[in-house]
Formats: sequence, C-alpha cells, structure tokens
Amino acid sequence: MNRLLPWVGAAALVALPFVYREAYPLHILILILIWSFVYTSWSVMGRFGLVSLGHGGFMGIGAYTTALLWNYWHLSPWLGIPLAMLAATAVAVLIGYPCFRFRITGHYFALLTLALSAIVLQVVTATRDVTGGSLGYTPERYEGGSSIYAVQFLDKETWYLIALGVWAFGLLIRYRVDRSMLRYALEAITEDEDAAAAAGVHVTVEKLKVTVLSAAMTAFAGAIYCQYQMFISPDTVSGIAVSLQMVFATVVGGLYVLLGPTLGATVTILLTETLRIWFGTGAVGWDNLVYGTLLVLFIIFLPQGLLGSVLARLTPARTRAG
Amino acid sequence: MLGIFDVYFLEALLDGFLLGGVFALLALGLNLVFGVIDVVWICYVELVMFGMYGMYFLYVAYQVPFLLAALICIAGVGLLGVLLHVLVIQPLLGTAPINQLLATGGVLFLLQSAATVMFGVDFRNLGIRLPVLELSGMYISFARLLAFAAALAGMVLLYLFLARTYVGTAIRAIAQDRQIMPLMGVDTRRVYIVTSLIGGALAGLASCLLVLQYDVQPFVGLTFAPITFLIVVLGGLGNMIGGFVAAFLFAEIISVSGLYLDQEWGYVFAFAVFVVLMFVRPQGLLARRS
Repeated sequence: MNRLLPWVGAAALVALPFVYREAYPLHILILILIWSFVYTSWSVMGRFGLVSLGHGGFMGIGAYTTALLWNYWHLSPWLGIPLAMLAATAVAVLIGYPCFRFRITGHYFALLTLALSAIVLQVVTATRDVTGGSLGYTPERYEGGSSIYAVQFLDKETWYLIALGVWAFGLLIRYRVDRSMLRYALEAITEDEDAAAAAGVHVTVEKLKVTVLSAAMTAFAGAIYCQYQMFISPDTVSGIAVSLQMVFATVVGGLYVLLGPTLGATVTILLTETLRIWFGTGAVGWDNLVYGTLLVLFIIFLPQGLLGSVLARLTPARTRAG
Repeated sequence: MLGIFDVYFLEALLDGFLLGGVFALLALGLNLVFGVIDVVWICYVELVMFGMYGMYFLYVAYQVPFLLAALICIAGVGLLGVLLHVLVIQPLLGTAPINQLLATGGVLFLLQSAATVMFGVDFRNLGIRLPVLELSGMYISFARLLAFAAALAGMVLLYLFLARTYVGTAIRAIAQDRQIMPLMGVDTRRVYIVTSLIGGALAGLASCLLVLQYDVQPFVGLTFAPITFLIVVLGGLGNMIGGFVAAFLFAEIISVSGLYLDQEWGYVFAFAVFVVLMFVRPQGLLARRS
C-alpha cells in the first residue's frame, strides 16, 4: 500500500485537468507548483547550510533574460531559457567562487547574496528604457496565442501539466542530489570545513557545483513563471523580498524533507490568497505581516518546519534521507 | 585635463564624503551588535525606517520641536532594538547562527508590512527646507553637512562610552571573548541588552539625519540596506574601523557615479567594485571570519 500511494497520487495529479477545468483553482495550483519548484531549487543548496538570500536575483535573471531575448531578437524561449540559465550560472560562479575560495560562510555569505538580489533589482530598475523598470515587463504575444515555439499557451490545462512536470523534475533533482556523493561531501563541509578539506573533499568545487545547480534551476523557474504569467516586475521575480520569501516558505514546510518546500509553497500561497479574499484590496501589507510573524514564530518554536516536525514525530528512530 | 578639477566632480566627491558619515553610522550600529552578540540584524534598516516615521509624526503631526523629537526617536528606536533582542534573538541564542539571521529576516517582513498597514505607502517628508551652502562654486547641502557632523559626534560618543565606562569595557571584552567573560562575573544578558539599546539608538540617530534628506515610505529600507550590508561585509563584520573606511569608499562610488549616470548605477558599480575587491583583497574580509 505504501509503495502504491505515490503512484496513485501522481496519477491523480496528472488526471486532474482532464476532469476539473475551473480556471481559478487551476491557476492557484499552477502557481503552487511553480513556486514549489522555486523553493525546492533553493533548498537544494539551502539544506547544506549555504543560506543564499540571492536567489531572487537568479530568478530575476532567468525571467528577464528570456523575456528580453524574445522581445528584442525573437529568440524562442527554447533557446532563451538555456541562455538565461547560463547567465545565472555565470553570476553564481562570479559571486560563488570568491565566496567559497576565501571561506566566506554563514553571516557573510547571507549578507553578500542578499546584496546580490538587491543589485539585480537595481539593474532592472536602472535599465528602465529596456526592461520597463519597476513598471514591469510583458513578453510579446505570439500571433495566434498558443504556440509551442514561443512556449505560450492560452489554456490553463496545458500550463498545469507543464508546471506539474517541472515540479516533478525539481523533486527528482533534489532526490538525486540527496543520494549522491555531492551530498556526503557537502554534509562533511557543513560539519567542519577544515576536516572535510583534510579528508580530501574539494570544498570550493563541491560548493560551487551545488550553487550552480541551484542557481540554474531558479533561473529556469523564473523563465517558466514569466512564460506563464506573461508579466514580470522587479518586485515579483527579484529583490530581497522574493529571496526572503523563498527562505521563509522552505523553512515553514521543512528544509530537510523532500516535500517540505512544496508544503511551504502550498501553505504560503493559500494563506496569501485567503488573506487577499478576506481583506480585498485592503490586504496590502497584511499578508506579509502574517508572513513575518509566522516566520519568526516558526524559527523559534518549530525550526524543522511543518512536514519535518510531523515526520520527526512519526519516525523518531529512523534517519530520514530525503 | 582629466576633468579631475571639474567643480561638479569635486562637489560629488564632497557630497560622497558627507554621505559616508551616515553610512558609517549605520554600519557602526550593525557592527556593534554583531561584534558583541554575534547576530546580524537584517532588519536594521527597517528600524531606521520606523525612526523616520517617528520623526515625521512627532514633528509634523504633533509639532514637537526637532531636537526633542530627535531625542524621543533615538530613545524609541533604542527600545525597539531591546525589544527585538528580548523577543526574537534571546530565545534563539543557543541555536544555529543562521536561524537568528532568518528570524530577523522575518522581522524585516513584519516591520515593512506593519508600516504599510499603519501608514500606507505614501511618501512623506518633514517639509524642512534647509539652506544650501555655496563654497567657491560648489553647492553643499546643509542637511548632509549636519548629518555628517551629527554622525561623527555620535561615533565619538560611542567611542568614549566604550573606552571610558565600566559597561563599555564589559562590552568590548565580550566582543573579544564570548566564553570567558561570563566566568569573570559579567552578566552577559545585561550587556547584550545594553548593546541592543545602543545599536538601536544608533539606528535612531541615523533615522533623524536621513529623514532630513529622504522621503520616508515603508520600503525606504531597500535604498540603504544593500549598501549597508556591503559596507559591513567589506569592512569585516564586527570590525568597526574596516566598516568606517568601507562606508566612505562606497559613498564616494555612489556619489560620483550618480554624477554621470542614474543613482541606481551607483549601487551597481559599488557592487562591482565590491566583487573585484573580494578577489583582490580577501584579507579585508577575513579580518574576523566566523
């Protein structure tokens, strides 16, 4: 029965849009899936104590690169998205290499990456003639609306399936990382960098690997988000707020469990939507007020997150790999 | 000529120098708290934002004289710092350092949205027009000059406090060795609270000075936060002299590039310079690594 459960769940998720076509719930589901992927991408490196607050920057790079290439040079997202991921990788190496090479960890690393996400936002705002600045940016509609070439689809069902695939892919990557040598190397580094280096772990290279992986995934997520929403603004895909939101949702769900980020995305998005419906337009600020309070309470009282705590309660003795 | 004696260029240099004073003040407060308690207040600049609102309401709505309002603000933000320490940091002191950092990140959200809910997103300012001084063709904002002088005075006061008083000595001692001092009979809890009070008060002082030059709105922190963090990291977290030097360096970069391009580019250049410096002079960063 336990073996069967994930397959039944997966089949139900795939079958959903064929039986249920209500637009608004599907929209919420798509957002949950895309953000789950974002948070999973963050957790790939975050769980090893590499607390990056710069992922908002990577997401922004992914979204804006893809959209700009499409609008200015009519480059299909099929090429634009890999280029955007490459750009994010380059930035990740440029910032990550000196950080890891010169042992910038903990507070330093968090603050440095925080500045990175703020700088990406500043660049987008400063180049307002090209990117639209803080007013946001819209990729041009392909004539006819839906097109595989332009990765633009008008119906929510297609997007739901795409988002589902992306999300599953993200889980797969994290699952593979959790069962790789990289994980053991990084766990050793988290415990004690000097000891790990003495034992033959190449600290800089191993950290760079996971950072590049995480940054490229986040850029990919940014591009997908942009293709789905057809509108991006510096506040929704980059900057400090988005970066902190990633950390927050992941911590709420559970950083050390595979489905933790997904649960975090579900909880936070449903919370935002509920508050939005309750308060109407007066909700400006209230959702973040609840967010902030919850984040502080969670870190003080439930540092393992919702799913992490539940699993710890259920299986006290077994070590949890994922 | 290289244009180095261009009067606008000199003016930008001087402006940057004056701006550096306020940045140094911000970095000083953050450095003090980090050096003593080993915690980074990510929400530090949001404390400044609350101070700016305090100034606005005291001065504009309740017509309190500026100096009195400033004193109330400094005390108020200082108490906010104590509150932050007692409510958020104290329960987390024994846990992973990154938890404390994230918790203050939550406080950042909380303060930003609390300001949005309470005060709305309007830009507000004191409406004080301070004179602009002219010095051989250069125009110097009096507000900046005042801010620079007050920031310098605040730093000197802090120095005297740390160097000359008993509590100040205890604070410096704890910054040097967190394990031994409790054994020597120093009440760390009290020292932490005093440090938070001073850290908050420095934010309060900065808010009184910044409110003269900038409009206040819930997201004003985003203007100063990145640069403040860059300064303290470049100077070496907890290293006050390093932060002081870095503050002036970055203020000059922002001010001078603001002369030729948009202000946002100033921040971008500062970041680029920062990355280059990390490659070239990592020892500056490694002064006090954890």
